[in-house]
Amino acid sequence: MRRNVLPGLRLSLGVTLFYVGLIVVLPLAALVFKAASLGPEDYWRIVSSSRALASYRVTVLSALGATIFNLFFGLALAWVLTRYRFPGWRIVDAMVDLPFALPTAVAGIALTALFTTNGWFGSILADFGIKVAYTPLGIMIAMCFTSLPFIVRTVQPVLEDLDPALEEAAQSLGGSDWEIFRKVILPLLTPALLAGVSLSFARSLGEFGAIIFIAGNQPMSTEITALLVFIRLEEYDYQAAAAIASVLLIAAFVMLALTNWMQSRALRYTVRG
Amino acid sequence: MGATRTGRKPPRVGDQPLFRRMLIGIVLVIVALLIVAPLVVIGVEAFSKGWAVYRDTISHPDTLHAIGLTVFAAIVAVPVNTAFGIAAAWSITKFDFWGRRFLLVVIEIPFSVSPIVAGVAYLFVYGLQGVFGPMLDEYGIKILFAIPGIILASMFVTAPFVARELIPLMQAQGRDLEEAATSLGASGWRTFFSVTLPNIKWALLYGVVLCNARVMGEFGAVSVVSGNIRGQTNTLPLHIELLYHDYQAAGAFAAASILALIAVFTIIAKVALERQGAGRVRRPALVASPAEKTQ
Repeated sequence: MRRNVLPGLRLSLGVTLFYVGLIVVLPLAALVFKAASLGPEDYWRIVSSSRALASYRVTVLSALGATIFNLFFGLALAWVLTRYRFPGWRIVDAMVDLPFALPTAVAGIALTALFTTNGWFGSILADFGIKVAYTPLGIMIAMCFTSLPFIVRTVQPVLEDLDPALEEAAQSLGGSDWEIFRKVILPLLTPALLAGVSLSFARSLGEFGAIIFIAGNQPMSTEITALLVFIRLEEYDYQAAAAIASVLLIAAFVMLALTNWMQSRALRYTVRG
Repeated sequence: MGATRTGRKPPRVGDQPLFRRMLIGIVLVIVALLIVAPLVVIGVEAFSKGWAVYRDTISHPDTLHAIGLTVFAAIVAVPVNTAFGIAAAWSITKFDFWGRRFLLVVIEIPFSVSPIVAGVAYLFVYGLQGVFGPMLDEYGIKILFAIPGIILASMFVTAPFVARELIPLMQAQGRDLEEAATSLGASGWRTFFSVTLPNIKWALLYGVVLCNARVMGEFGAVSVVSGNIRGQTNTLPLHIELLYHDYQAAGAFAAASILALIAVFTIIAKVALERQGAGRVRRPALVASPAEKTQ
């Protein structure tokens, strides 16, 4: 390796390691330590209790539903924002980031106000017999809102960089629009879509603020895992809180590994020499 | 064919007028329902009981205290995180060392960890059941259920914000300019302030703006470590929850309208900074770029 002439390695790396160690690694290690101190039997009993299992189920299923919705809607939105120009597209483009900028608690009470049976949307849906607020559907809508930007923002740059010559070649070979989209464009978007999907799913698994207002929070039916952790804390059952939180932490690490793997795949198609 | 070619290209995929209009229509309707409506409903609900209730909520001592605490947390957490982000970006992009990629992944961990998990984790460090809790208690130092805990939890959730804007950009810019400056005799600090900083200032500001928005809006992690003591450890998002569960919906929305306004300004700042080129180089650039391989 060539010798590096720049100064500041010790200082900058020292500051970085100290900060990451103190702020990120130490607390997570303490959590893992606390959960591990339970012993395998107690740990398993807590994380596989029927209430915990029900919370995993509603969290994972809602996150799945929200991610599938965002997959289609996010792709459509990214497509519209890169391919079409219409009055106000810049405003729509900026608005996509609102779910990231708006605090989750604010989003939570706003969505609840919209979807309760006397809210703007809730009252209309109630006429059709659909209840959203205080049901798993409400959880899904909150997750849709908070994780919407991920897929749009991972797909958009790839769509922008797509070489028009590829489509033109496919058109000159007589492909229909749908065929070209399916066989030429979609395969090129797939790595970015998958990366966006895994980010969106991971965010939905851990979301708390936006959900607790709209969810109803009934044990066994509309209680998400993050809330169960919070409830165990309020009951001063710290070991149970640590154990269930560690399940969320493991899920986060699995998603992080998956996202990194998918992003490195996605970059193969976007990084240009 | 060449002779008959008109100047017009065939329409691009998905450009038939009917399809195009339909897709734009569908997307705009969903954006209006899912993104615009929540923003509008905050404003409408905030003023549903009239201007007087709005004014009374905002000027209530508890609300003012919550605003003050939120601003204070941001004033401490954002600069510290910014300094960390710069240090992390400098070390990761200007040097090659073992474990660089691993460090990058560790920095990004808070981004995928649930805020509730973050809060619980801090409990097991500084709480009475935690590693340092009993010791701190002996000396009478209060971190949890007090302002330091709120700031620490905010720092956790926003730790990657500045670093992840700077790292891809500084990676793409390489090291040549800094190496030239130091070889001409400039000190490290001088190199940073007159060579590096001008090149990264917009991206830096972009990261700072996003970091600030998240610190001010953080709910889950802060609600675990704050203890929700009204008028003492209530940040603005926690105060919203308190009012909401107190059946003071109009008050909750009034407080929420402040945060919504901050969110709107954040987006305006974000768009303005993107015009300056910030946020363009996407992450993570550490997947060895061709330039790096040939060095």
